[in-house]
Amino acid sequence: MKTTLERHLNILDFTLASLLRRKGKNLSLLTIYLLVIFMLASLVFFVTALKREAAIILEDAPDMVVQRLVAGRQDLVPTKYAEAIASIRGVSKVRPRLWGYYYDGLNGANYTIVADDDSVTEPESAMIGSAIARSRKVTVGDLLPLISYEKVPLMLQISSILPAGSDLMAADLIVISSEDFQTLFNFPAGQATDLAVTVRNPKELTTIASKIAQLFPDSRPILKSEILRTYQAVFDWRGGMTVILLSSALISFIIFAWDKATGLSAEERKEIGILKSIGWSTPDVLLLKFWEGVVISLTAFLLGVVLAYGHVFFLSAPLFAQALKGWSVIYPSFRLSPVVDGYQLAVLFFLTVVPYTTATIIPCWRAATADPDTAMRS
Amino acid sequence: MILHPAALALLTTALLVSGLGAYSCFHGMRILGKWDLSSGSELQLELERRTYLISTVMSYILAFQLMLLFLYIYTADSLHPLFTGAMCAAGSLNANSFGYPVLILKIVNFLLSGVWLIVNHTDNKAYDYPLIRVKYELLNLLIPLLVLESILMFAYFAGIKPDIITSCCGSLFSYESGGFSGEIASLPHIPMKIAFYVSMSLTLASGLFFYLKGRSGGLFSISATVAFLVAAASLVSFICLYFYELPTHHCPFCLLQKEYGHVGYLLYATLLGGGVAGLGVGVLMPFKKLGSMARIIPPVQRRLALAAMICYLLFVLISSWKMLFSALRMG
Repeated sequence: MKTTLERHLNILDFTLASLLRRKGKNLSLLTIYLLVIFMLASLVFFVTALKREAAIILEDAPDMVVQRLVAGRQDLVPTKYAEAIASIRGVSKVRPRLWGYYYDGLNGANYTIVADDDSVTEPESAMIGSAIARSRKVTVGDLLPLISYEKVPLMLQISSILPAGSDLMAADLIVISSEDFQTLFNFPAGQATDLAVTVRNPKELTTIASKIAQLFPDSRPILKSEILRTYQAVFDWRGGMTVILLSSALISFIIFAWDKATGLSAEERKEIGILKSIGWSTPDVLLLKFWEGVVISLTAFLLGVVLAYGHVFFLSAPLFAQALKGWSVIYPSFRLSPVVDGYQLAVLFFLTVVPYTTATIIPCWRAATADPDTAMRS
Repeated sequence: MILHPAALALLTTALLVSGLGAYSCFHGMRILGKWDLSSGSELQLELERRTYLISTVMSYILAFQLMLLFLYIYTADSLHPLFTGAMCAAGSLNANSFGYPVLILKIVNFLLSGVWLIVNHTDNKAYDYPLIRVKYELLNLLIPLLVLESILMFAYFAGIKPDIITSCCGSLFSYESGGFSGEIASLPHIPMKIAFYVSMSLTLASGLFFYLKGRSGGLFSISATVAFLVAAASLVSFICLYFYELPTHHCPFCLLQKEYGHVGYLLYATLLGGGVAGLGVGVLMPFKKLGSMARIIPPVQRRLALAAMICYLLFVLISSWKMLFSALRMG
């Protein structure tokens, strides 16, 4: 046991010395390897963090949202639907929701307007998201004028600004009373945008959804799990698409690694020749090459992952954000909370280290089985 | 659904493994056909060099296979929110008819690659390549299975449609469900426990006897293989219940999750490790008297027996510990 360990340690020691002897060549390989891992790791970290962010946000979402369709398009729901749905056994609460979008001609942004009588009790007052406050340069106590659909200005006094921590949700949000909401949008009474349904036992959700669909054939119940699934699929798909785009980089790297491993310099050839002539066997040289691969791969992998971590979680992934986040005039600036687990690292390992290793097996074997005299003579 | 980063990683690796496998298989056949140790021709020299390449390739394949097995289950597990009704890997794998065959093939291939490496290791210890034919015939059996596995895995990921309604592990591994998994779950506890402990003690006893006396290795190998199968069935039938502390939950995949301290990885690793080592002893048995092997095989077998015993002992200790200290009590 001890001798086996010693053999590995000695060969590793030799490997490190021989890698350092050829700094230039190995550094260029390492840099490219590191860049490839950095790109892929940033991507994987970013997608996972976004997925988690979506899951956290949806945790507080209602179990089910019921919309009404007219000619296949979403329409307002009469509030009397809410009473009928509330009487279905298993439903604990039905809340008609009033919300919509408001286009602000001043800065060309869209705001999300939500009516909530619990948080905004006074008429003509509003809670606004921090991005709106920044964009319109207003603060608590100021007036925020909105133009209603009747072309009458609605002056809202800002009662509070939503904390920046909730930016991902609330950057473009304006919360007003339902009375103001109806004035602003000329919204018909007795109607709601949709209904938020809470169900006591989550296992009954599908049954209740089918009951609602039966009761109101023009309704469309949407489960929270369905929304979550859509987000997951969309983010995975975007991530996968980017991996495909990056695969050309990956393939070029593999070709580069193959080339580096095949085109041994005369000096390296000589070195292997000398090693073999002083008694190293083919398995020993193969082990040497194995450790060489491990040292290069591990260094590139660890450095690449650490750099990607900084790129995504400290700098908010400037290289990928545009492609993966989407865009808007008022965009929440948010810092992703770090999530790194073994699974992501395993995926990265399989996408980078495994192809590299595979590409170098055959060239390494060729080098290791060369005849000592031809190797030394070349 | 192929565009999931993990699915891409799995498929890329499967492609590489199949490619390497096909390459080894091709050269393996050349070795089988042209091998002539008495000849000093250039061809023979080249073939002898090729054997180094093939053993290196196979050790990488085995290492990748082991990691892929767990990555596959983990990926299936992380895909479960995409399917209505699925709550863990059991449901995702059930999303189309390729999920479970791939898993079974992965396990079989892992065992076979392990056995191949054992044969290879033993063969390399001798100077005259006595097991060369066995080795490359085994390779010709293993590689097509590896390629088949990659094709089926591709079919699995290509065929995943997120709107499919699948079954949760609760209904898949329960008494009510027909099918093979349901039957394993419904095996009666007491006889299963008896079978588990009897097969394990038999394996450990025969292993100890073999280790000390160097006799009845065949018996040890057979009992180790039987113990592998019984332990796998026991895992679904009763061992997992003690981890979940729920008498109706028979899922073999939830054990891998964080909630149970990832204990599944340890359980499966010890079980697979013990299975490979136990099988390896048996595979080497017929060649014990073959020329130079007479001095090489016995120590290798003894070390394998020791490894198998340690793995199985760990498996028994972990599961028995949980059975004793779990909050679940079964009548």
